[in-house]
Amino acid sequence: MTNALTKLLATRDWILADGATGTNLFNMGLESGDAPEMWNDEHPDRIALLYKQAVDAGSDLFLTNSFGGNAARLKLHGAQKRARELSRISAEIGRSVADRYDRPVIVAGSVGPTGEIMAPMGALTHELAVEIFHEQAEGLKEGGADVLWLETISAQEEYKAAAEAFKLADMPWCGTMSFDTAGRTMMGLTSADMATMVEKLGNPPLAFGANCGVGASDLLRTVLGFVAQGSERPIIAKGNAGIPKYHDGHIHYDGTPELMADYAVLARDAGATIIGGCCGTMPEHLSKMRAALEERPKGPRPTLDQITDALGAFSSAADGTGDDVPAPRRTRRRRA
Amino acid sequence: MSDEEDDIILSELDDEELVQQMFDDLYDGLKEEIEEGVNILLERGWQPYQVLTEALVGGMTIVGKDFRDGILFVPEVLLAANAMKGGMAILKPLLAETGAPRVGKMVIGTVKGDIHDIGKNLVSMMMEGAGFEVVDLGINNPVENYLEALETEEPDILGMSALLTTTMPYMKVVIDTLIEQGKRDDYVVLVGGAPLNEEFGRAIGADAYCRDAAVAVETAKDFMSRKHNKLAAG
Repeated sequence: MTNALTKLLATRDWILADGATGTNLFNMGLESGDAPEMWNDEHPDRIALLYKQAVDAGSDLFLTNSFGGNAARLKLHGAQKRARELSRISAEIGRSVADRYDRPVIVAGSVGPTGEIMAPMGALTHELAVEIFHEQAEGLKEGGADVLWLETISAQEEYKAAAEAFKLADMPWCGTMSFDTAGRTMMGLTSADMATMVEKLGNPPLAFGANCGVGASDLLRTVLGFVAQGSERPIIAKGNAGIPKYHDGHIHYDGTPELMADYAVLARDAGATIIGGCCGTMPEHLSKMRAALEERPKGPRPTLDQITDALGAFSSAADGTGDDVPAPRRTRRRRA
Repeated sequence: MSDEEDDIILSELDDEELVQQMFDDLYDGLKEEIEEGVNILLERGWQPYQVLTEALVGGMTIVGKDFRDGILFVPEVLLAANAMKGGMAILKPLLAETGAPRVGKMVIGTVKGDIHDIGKNLVSMMMEGAGFEVVDLGINNPVENYLEALETEEPDILGMSALLTTTMPYMKVVIDTLIEQGKRDDYVVLVGGAPLNEEFGRAIGADAYCRDAAVAVETAKDFMSRKHNKLAAG
């Protein structure tokens, strides 16, 4: 079975994905606290513009405005019954934008986390998580998404539930996790753990990787962690444009377009194939990233030092891979 | 569970060994063992407050430190907090009966426009693990919710959480309202959330920014001891 993404990957050394959704929508007037997915219905013109800006800046692939479009998240806005519909519209708008270009543009149906903690630690059962993801997947499929795109996941249980749901929807997919806690996901998963987990899935993704997290340097360290596991599967790098800073009452990300251009080239040299941004990444960042990927020749795999020299320090000394893993301090002692 | 582990008979350990064992069992999130340990200590005549502070809070402090240092992660902390909760359920009515001193009380909530709660829930659990009484207002709280809860609950600490760069400025709205009403100094205000930093905490007039749940607990304890010292001196 061939899909648009697999076809594109076969012809290219790298693919430029898109940047931020939330940051861009807030600039268009989205009020904090409102569900961005409502705009699919209320302001389809703005969502079309969001997609178009990314493609015009050079993106080969963009994510639909459906990150929080699952029933668990929409419930907080009293819109849990609209998960399938709002997801479908996000993809329909995406399809209509993508088909206007005379080059291949991939519509990737964004699927974000449920925001719940899964059983046994939390209340969300595997079955219910599969159902929630499946509903959204069907909506994105109906709307014409080329692939499904799971992102910002922190628990492997949730990643697995999504993989199962996407099989039910019979859709190809990609999936990234967010490594934001001492180089690991919030739930403690390392880059090596994820690379291993992905290969064990019954319905593995076309590509896997990392998104969001804490800054461009950390994200590339995570990519190097994936590569070290020797996976043949394409790797995704979608890092934030630096770190959010507070200035005179508003927030901005400190990563310049030039820094993100360096990040994109380093991501490719580190071994990532699908490269994009996340929070704070605007069209001007994407343009510079595209130009840099086209103009600068592929270099050797960067070292950790080269990454920090170019992009700034890591947020933590270690990321839980390699030899220097802190061991749990206690375990149940036994009587001699 | 292996046979060897089954060999530990909690009731055969002396007090000191038992407390050490309870530290380990909290670390491993073993709820039944913690409940058993609490009951044994009570039967041996320990005051409920002593069981709380020496066995449970002591154990959770170790969990908190390892969480802070990136050795334990959210799943382990949730398990430990759940075990702690088992012990607390036994102690709570007894603590009330015996008029035990209050460690401190906190009102906490995610600010208006923000619906994230995993981080806030972790702080709640870790604060409870440290013996604090916690009133959780949940997500998406306008300033009125905070004011009402401060009025009715009379906490020592107000905690606010935000996970979005677009909602974190709302913390300043709450603090400014407290200043306007002359209530700011009645509470210690702690703020936290992924996009925040110390600079931001200072800029909006919070008492402290807490990087994670473990730091929140340490900071809260620190402020409570300062408050007690002040009362004692005054």
